[in-house]
Formats: sequence, structure tokens, C-alpha cells
Amino acid sequence: MLYFAQWKVLLICGICALGVLFSLPNLFTPAQLSWLPSSLPHRQVNLGLDLRGGSYLLLEVDVAAAQTEQLNSIVDNVRDALRTAKIGYTDLNVQNNAIVFKISDPARIEDARAALSKIDQSLTVDIAPDGSGKMQFTAQATEARRSQAVEQSIEIIRRRIDETGTKEPTIQQQGQDRIIVELPGIDDPERVKALLGKTAKLTFQLVDTTASVDDARHGKMPPGDEVLPAEDRAARSGQPPFYLVKRRVMVGGDTLVDAQATFQNNEPVVSFRFDSAGAKRFGDATRDNVGKPFAIVLDNKVISAPVIKEPILGGSGIISGSFTVQSASDLALLLRAGALPAPITILEERTVGPDLGADSIHAGAVASIVGVVLVVVFMFLFYGLFGLFADIALMFNLCLMLGALSLLGATLTLPGIAGIALTMGMAVDANVLIYERIREEMRSGRTMLSSLEAGFTRAFGTILDSHVTTLVAGILLYWLGSGPVKGFAVTLSIGVLTSLFSAILVTRLEIVSWLRRWKPREIPL
Amino acid sequence: MIRPLIVIRHVPQIDFMRWHLFGFAFSILLGVVSIGLFLTIGLNYGIDFKGGTLIEAKTQGPADLAAMRAKLDALHIGEASLQGFGAPDEVLIRLPEQPGGDAGQMKAVELARQTLGEGIVYRRVEVVGPSVGAELVRAGALATVLALVAILVYIWFRFEWQFGVGATISTIHDVVTTIGLFAIFRLEFNLTTLAAILTVAGYSINDTVVIYDRVREAMRKYRTMPMYELINLALNETLSRTILTVSTVALAVLSLLFFGGEVLKGFSIAMLWGIVIGTYSSLFIAAPIIHYIQPNRRAITREPAGGDKEPIPPPSPPNRPTGARS
Repeated sequence: MLYFAQWKVLLICGICALGVLFSLPNLFTPAQLSWLPSSLPHRQVNLGLDLRGGSYLLLEVDVAAAQTEQLNSIVDNVRDALRTAKIGYTDLNVQNNAIVFKISDPARIEDARAALSKIDQSLTVDIAPDGSGKMQFTAQATEARRSQAVEQSIEIIRRRIDETGTKEPTIQQQGQDRIIVELPGIDDPERVKALLGKTAKLTFQLVDTTASVDDARHGKMPPGDEVLPAEDRAARSGQPPFYLVKRRVMVGGDTLVDAQATFQNNEPVVSFRFDSAGAKRFGDATRDNVGKPFAIVLDNKVISAPVIKEPILGGSGIISGSFTVQSASDLALLLRAGALPAPITILEERTVGPDLGADSIHAGAVASIVGVVLVVVFMFLFYGLFGLFADIALMFNLCLMLGALSLLGATLTLPGIAGIALTMGMAVDANVLIYERIREEMRSGRTMLSSLEAGFTRAFGTILDSHVTTLVAGILLYWLGSGPVKGFAVTLSIGVLTSLFSAILVTRLEIVSWLRRWKPREIPL
Repeated sequence: MIRPLIVIRHVPQIDFMRWHLFGFAFSILLGVVSIGLFLTIGLNYGIDFKGGTLIEAKTQGPADLAAMRAKLDALHIGEASLQGFGAPDEVLIRLPEQPGGDAGQMKAVELARQTLGEGIVYRRVEVVGPSVGAELVRAGALATVLALVAILVYIWFRFEWQFGVGATISTIHDVVTTIGLFAIFRLEFNLTTLAAILTVAGYSINDTVVIYDRVREAMRKYRTMPMYELINLALNETLSRTILTVSTVALAVLSLLFFGGEVLKGFSIAMLWGIVIGTYSSLFIAAPIIHYIQPNRRAITREPAGGDKEPIPPPSPPNRPTGARS
């Protein structure tokens, strides 16, 4: 029992010292930290959104919608290919992630297959003997498109959020098609949510003035046209609720290089600039259609439909509509950041205001301190000097936990604080097991040293068993949990590991040092 | 030398086994009621599992719940539930899950915030759409089952299978009755509560392990002692340890319950109940079960008794006085 290898002593002391060193930065404010020499650790425990305040958003990228849109754009190519090859067909449209059609003359199925296969390598072409055919993306292409859509979405979301001036946002992919956005310290998540929820697909399309909107809405749709609703705000200000526009897009928003909110005749408007290709197309389109109205369409809603007074050749223009200053700057922001490749749905939101966060930190700190003090007093009452040994080990345990959390950059949440308080209570379990065992061994007539030895060795198996079961629960929680619960799992698991070290090795070292220094004749238990 | 102020000096002589049939009956009753409540009235699921919206708002001056309710009812976004929360100027608003899938939920929150107007500080807003809620239910159930299985596999690996059965039954007992507690008192069952239940599953097994360790050890030491007395001996020998370890954890959990704020309340209640019921089930369920499905004593006695080579004298008569020693 008395023998403790020198290297073990050094190792235990070293680990404790590191624990203290790495937990210390948490006692200072960031300003004070910057005064410390750079050789000392500076990392503090990351506070979770529930403690520092902020928003957590879980988004889902509608990958299927993006794919349907891509298929829709290919339908035209299919039509052209079949026409060029002079193959008769019917019922060409997009259904369930596939382009479906029917070849009228079964004799020409092979020709159709040959013609259609040339359109896109990533599409499979299946035509049944009765002429009904189906074109789908290969599994590989679907997968590639999915990951591309999600990556692009993350990029665009990052740009949009950066434009709002939010500090330190975290944006990361989760699973197949989900994105987690964490925005510390924002006070108005509604604005960000509105910004993220918009696809922001901008197009300029000619208004078809040759037919009436009402006729088109009631079944007499001119070929190549579509009916689009006016944007809510625009509809309220006395514009017509629906527009009949040509499907063909004059210019798309992807050719924009800049957009700014500005004023024109004291009205908030958005000015924009095309790149050279966009400028040329816009110039050509406006030159050919002077005197006709064109629709500025955002996410399939018409913002406004001004009449082209003269060709716009300079590559820049202005979008007017019933904007407020805020909505104009939001639209400019969206146009600068670019359109999302697919619509996004917000699945989950958790927002905590900064004052609740501060309250939670306070409550968690008070609860932990009260808990630790109670446990410390309890151990002293029931075990005297050995209780103090356990208490000292408990303090090192706390430092090791905080140090490990800081070093790992783990996030501390309110349930995480609960986990710390809980492990403080559980950590002394091991001490209780050891001390009770020592008492028993003394009672059964063993000598002092042999009781101590037996207490530690006999209790070890039990301690290990109980720690492993708690650790299993912790690991499963980490795997299952999101946000705050994950924080609990982290502190619980780290606490179980550090308490194994502190309650057994640190306490043992303390007791051995005491034995060597004071050479007591009995154990005060 | 600093001596302990409070010492439990003698080994108690409580005939735990005499009460074990009461314990079985009580636990079966508790378990049946819990399962019955779970199946009939069910749990008061929080929005984590049910989907919907939770808003914690702070008003200027005392909150006028009736007026706020009237405003929200006019929106036709389902039956809003409002309740005071902590201070008089704090309100907890719950909106049921909205039609229109995930996007519908967000729309409803926006509407509610617009309607309640200025002057309200939103301390917390949580919106969980139907798809996430369903996933969390699945993941939660899976995690609970996996945690139980993993813990029990570990026990089976460390002990004879009879102990594994006992540990299984008592752990399931603890989890089921904790769920029953939440059902009968309509306490909100959310992700944090589930975390508490999993922790209870991991922690309540501790006492059981300690007692089983002792039972096994006693089986090696006293090869002819009847099982009934042997279990009693093990329970009495470990009783002070059981009480002390439960007390330290209970102290930590009680301080969380009283000082940890409203958010941790459900968590603390689940933990506290779990600790208490876990201790009870170790004493009155897990240990007596070994009386009925006895492990093979010959197999156990063949193993060395904890690497100990000296002969151990039988326990000294436990007649020394209890109490403080100066």
C-alpha cells in the first residue's frame, strides 16, 4: 500500500496540475485573458445557445423538388429530340422523379431510345414494349445532385447570414439533406428565418398581353404561357392579383453581379447590375420588346411588371415595387447572396433570449455550488479526515472536468451543468465504496495497512462496474441527443472518466502521503 | 486527528428478505399501474416529441393571461395553452401542432408574435415540426431500449446470468415506474426528461451491482449458509454504503431541483425519483430475485474470492453501539 512508484506520483500530480491549468481560464473574462502571457492556455468552455442566448435552426433541403425542377428543364430537350427524330409521342411530363412519355408507334422504340440516350449521360432510358417510357437519374447521379444541392445551399445560407451581420454563425450539414444553423446572440430570429425560407429565384419574363388572364386561368392557357400570382405586398397596393406571362425566361437572377437597396423618387427600390452575358441578353430582350410590359418574378410571384420604355443596354436596372426600406434591403441581400438550388423548410427552431440565458447560467451555477458544498460537508461529517481527502480529490475532479471541456472545445449547456452537479454527487460514490470497505476490513480484524490495501483493491471492481454502466447511458445519450441533451451527455461521460481517476488514484495518493508523513497508528474512520 | 462526526458503527440486522413478498407485490402493482396509465392516459409529451410551439414570454407588468388568450384564440391556430411560469410577469404559451407540415408551424409562430405585439420579451421560443418530433420519438425509444440492453449485456458479462436477470428486472422496474410517475402527475415529458431516465437506468444499476458483488463474495465465503440468510447478510453489510452513496447524489439532485430553475425541474424530478426507486428496487427486487433463481454455488465458489489469499474470519457479532464518537 505504501509503495507508490515515483513516476505514478509524478503522473498523477501532473494530470491534476494540467486540469487546474486548463480550467483556470474559465475564471477570467475574455478581456482579462488577453493580459495573460500567451504560453498559458486561453481556451474557455464554449457556452451553448441555451446559456448565451441565440437561435438554433434545423433546415431541410427539399432535394426532390430540386430534382423535379431539373427534370422539368430536361423535358424540353426530350421534346426537341423526339421531334428532330420525327418520332410521335404523347403524355410527356414529369411524375415521381421521372420523365414519363408514351411512344405512339411501338416500331420506333429503338430509335427513340437511341435519340433520348444522347440527351444526358446521367439519365437512364427505359421504354416498355407497349411504348410507355421513363427517364430517371441514375442512383449515382441522384446522389451527386443531392450532395451538390446541399453543399450549395450551405454556401448560400452562409452568404445570407453573413450579410445580416450575425457574428460567429455555425452552419453545418446533418445527415443526408439537413442543415443545422446556430446563431449566437441574435434577437430577431424571425428576420433570419424569413431570409432563409426564401429560395430567391429571380427571373425576368415577358407579360403576354395578347390573351386575358381570366381566360387563361379558366382553362384557355395560351401555349408557352403561365399564370403567376402577384407578390402579397404588391397585390395589396392595387396591382392585379395575377399575371399571364411567357414561360420563357428573358434573363435569370444567376447573371446578377450586384444588388443594392436605394431610393428612387423617395421610394425604396433595389438597383441591380448584370454580368456581361446577362447585360447582353437583357439588352437584346428589351430592344425587341419596347412598349411591352415585363414581369420581375421572385420565387414564382410577380414583384412588379413595368413597361419597357426604351432598350436597357447598360446592364443595370432598378426593381421597384411596394417596398419598405427593410424589404428592399432584404431583397437586395437575397439577390447578392444568390438563389438556393432547392426550397428549404425549417423543421425546428429553438431560440433563447439573452436574459433567460443569463438566468440559466446563474441558476446552474448556484445549483452546482450548493450541490458541491452539500456533498463536501456530507463527506466531512461522515468520514472526517478521509472525507477531506475525498473532498480535495473532488475539487481536482471539477478542475479536470472543466479543463477537459475547455480543451476539447465541448459545448456547455444547461443540462450539461446539471451533468456536472450530478457527477459531483456520483464521484464520491467511489470514495464511499472504498471507505466502507476499509471499515469492514478493519472490523474483521485486519491491520491498518492491509485494511487500506484491501479497501482499495476490493472496491475497484465494483466501482468499475458502476462507472461503466453510467458511461454506457452517457454515450447513448450523446448519440441520440441534439443540442442541450448532447451537452449533458458530454459532461456526464467526461465526469465519469475523471471521477474514476480522482476518486481512486488521487485519493489513494493523498492517503499514502498522509501515512508516510504522519505515520499514524490507526485510521480515523 | 480529524475523525468522522457521524459513524454508523455496527452492521444492522434487518431481515430484508422477510419483506420481499410485499416488495414484489408493491412493485408489480406499481408497474401495472404505470403501464396502464401509459397506455390509457399516456404521457404529457412536450413539444420535443409531440411537435408544436412553446413560447416563454416576459410581459411588462403582471401578465394578463385572459387578454393574451383572447388574442391568440382569434388567430384560429388551435387551442393555445397559457400558464404562469415562475414570476407573475412570465407566461408559458403552448401552441398545438399546426396543419400544413413543417412550414405551417413557423407560420403560426410568426402570427402569434405579431398578434401579441410590442412590449413582450421572448425569453424562449421552441418550434418542433412534425417530422422532427416523430424522429425524436423513434430515437428516444431506441436509445432507451439500447441503453437497457447494453447495461444488461455488461452485467451478464461480469456476473452469472441469474444476476443478469435480476438486474434486468429491477432496471426495467425503475424505468417503467419513472414513466408512470410522469404519467400520473402529468409532468411534461421531453428530451431532458428522457436524458434523466437513461441516466437513472445507468445509475440505479449501481446499487444492484454493489449488492450482487457482495452476494457473490458471501457465496464464496460461507459455502453452506442458506441463500435467504446470505442475501440478508449482503444487504445489511452494504446498507450503510447504499444509504451514503444515494445521499450524496440526492443532495446534488435536490440542489438542482431547488436552485436549477424551471428548465431543469422535470429532469431533477425524474432523477430524484429514479434514485429513490432504484435504491428500493435494489434492496427489495434485485436481491430477493436471486433467492428464486439461484446461481450455481459450486461454479461460483470455484473462482478465487477477489484475489484474497488469507482466510477471512466470519463477521464479528454486530453488537457494538451506534452513534457519534468524539
